[in-house]
Amino acid sequence: MLSDNILRLEHVTMQLGGVVAVNDLSLEVNQGEIVALIGPNGAGKTTAFNCITGVYQPTEGKILFENNAYISTSPVIDPTPDEVTKMGIARTFQNIRLWKSMSVFDNVLTAKHMHAKHNVFSATFRLSHAEEKRMREETAELLKEQDLLQYKDDLATSLPYGLQRRLEIARALATDPKLLLLDEPAAGMNPQETRELGEFIVQIKEQHHLPVLMIEHHMDLVMQFSDRIYVIDFGRLIASGTPSEVQANQKVIDAYLGVSDNE
Amino acid sequence: MLTDKQLRRKQFILVLAVCLVVLAGAIILDATLPSYHIIIKVIKKGAVYATVAVSMNLLNGFTGLFSLGQAGFMLLGAYTYAIFSIPVAQRAGVYMYYDGGIVQFSIPEFFAGIFGESFGTGFGMIVTLILAGVIAGLIALLIGLPVLRLKSDYLAIATLGFAEIVRALFQWAKLGPLTNGSNLLRAYPDFKHCTAYILITAAVVAIMFLLVNSSYGRAFKAIRDDEVAAEAMGINLAKHKRLSFVISSFFAGVGGGMLAMYMGTVQALSFKSAMTYEILLLVVIGGIGSLTGSVFTSFVYVAAVEWLLRGLDSGKFLGISAPGIFKNGFRMAIVSILIMVVVLFFSKGIFGDKELHDLVKKQPKKAKEVKKNA
Repeated sequence: MLSDNILRLEHVTMQLGGVVAVNDLSLEVNQGEIVALIGPNGAGKTTAFNCITGVYQPTEGKILFENNAYISTSPVIDPTPDEVTKMGIARTFQNIRLWKSMSVFDNVLTAKHMHAKHNVFSATFRLSHAEEKRMREETAELLKEQDLLQYKDDLATSLPYGLQRRLEIARALATDPKLLLLDEPAAGMNPQETRELGEFIVQIKEQHHLPVLMIEHHMDLVMQFSDRIYVIDFGRLIASGTPSEVQANQKVIDAYLGVSDNE
Repeated sequence: MLTDKQLRRKQFILVLAVCLVVLAGAIILDATLPSYHIIIKVIKKGAVYATVAVSMNLLNGFTGLFSLGQAGFMLLGAYTYAIFSIPVAQRAGVYMYYDGGIVQFSIPEFFAGIFGESFGTGFGMIVTLILAGVIAGLIALLIGLPVLRLKSDYLAIATLGFAEIVRALFQWAKLGPLTNGSNLLRAYPDFKHCTAYILITAAVVAIMFLLVNSSYGRAFKAIRDDEVAAEAMGINLAKHKRLSFVISSFFAGVGGGMLAMYMGTVQALSFKSAMTYEILLLVVIGGIGSLTGSVFTSFVYVAAVEWLLRGLDSGKFLGISAPGIFKNGFRMAIVSILIMVVVLFFSKGIFGDKELHDLVKKQPKKAKEVKKNA
């Protein structure tokens, strides 16, 4: 059980004011898996994401990455989001957060900044030219792989919605992650686009050997493409397992699927 | 359509040509006009303002940190320059109320002793200017630790407060042996030729240009565009904000030192927040996020206010004599109207976020539309 864990949450509780947004949540993501975190609106999914990425410090519990606790309450380990990203967890956002004044190319290139060895002096005076060149080549390669190279000089926000989603994933990949977190990647997409996105996620997982943890509302995407599913409601884990197990779970049907049956 | 390489070469040639024309112009003016001539004065002051505007643009325009402490850092630079470059023989006279002050050496004189009078003094002045920047940068590093935790308006208020505190502190009688209290500092060396000012400003703008187009410049822009995304992509916010703040303050300090040279005397009283607003105006009118916009606007603004529109205050303008209307203060009223007109027609500033070299485009506009339709 220990060997394959890439991410493990142990009894994570997050209290926001008087609301317990995440309550005693434990989950794990293994190497090579696509794991989905689902639940009705306000169930605490995004809060859980914000705990994993270091935006919030949980009020209780600990989070382990490759079996090392990087967030915990005792002893207190409270990394900033950039430190978490540097460690190897990259994310996308529910509402797309691309850098809007920058080109498609620069959006991806800038995500490579943190791994560069240059300092501000050597970067300004072009003393680290080789490194800059390598970063640019890697960026071009990544854009080519994601079919975005033809748009490289366009403003990121001028792309159609679906491509912006894809660019955001490409930007996350540019940080060389070991785990990818997707926050509602199919939000606002039609069934056709959603299916393409699912295939795209599987393709990324295989090409980059990258386990994926995603929050999603589109049941078809979740059921078709994820290996395991965690269901939370009011911050509490109510079920987990393979898509078919979860679908058959009465608690889940009551809390969630039952409501959206006629969708 | 041009390839990236051809495009860059064309852009480089354009920028180089403009630089050479400006430089040649400055050299010719220096050779033909006396150093007290209004055109020389305008170029010098324009260069000073361009330097400070560019430094402010890095922070407010490229990093998105709304800081209003520029006058404070200019003051630090101006005093540093003056204090360390007044000739030793003059100090007794300048610091007459403080027994000649506590600093008893002059950096330009020191270098004059090594490299000879003319080159050594000039070299020493440059060194002192850099020192002015270093002092301003060091103070920025200290101030930045608490202040940069604040966001938007709160940061503006805090930095504004800092500038006012510095101004008050430098007039404090207890610091008199160093700052000469509320008395003037004077008698320090200045560059006679405006070409020197142009060269310093060109160096500052060039460094700034290289910086904003480097990996760090992109990180700054990422913070400006979306802080949350920047942090999530591994950009250390505290470190990069501090970096931008320190670099901006460094060049504000250099600009302050140049302003001290230009004015001939330094007094803390003149570094009011109005000076920061004047610089902010240049940044906004020139285009937030455009270095060449800031430079262009600085020169045009200084030329208009100090020279071209002078007649509006003194009774005669463009041959029209109307002493009843063209009285003191009318000039600034006209300048304000002009600024409002510019803001109305260029809501993102004259240059927007474009630079001079963007005049050379990759492909004609029509071709681009065709590509998009396809």
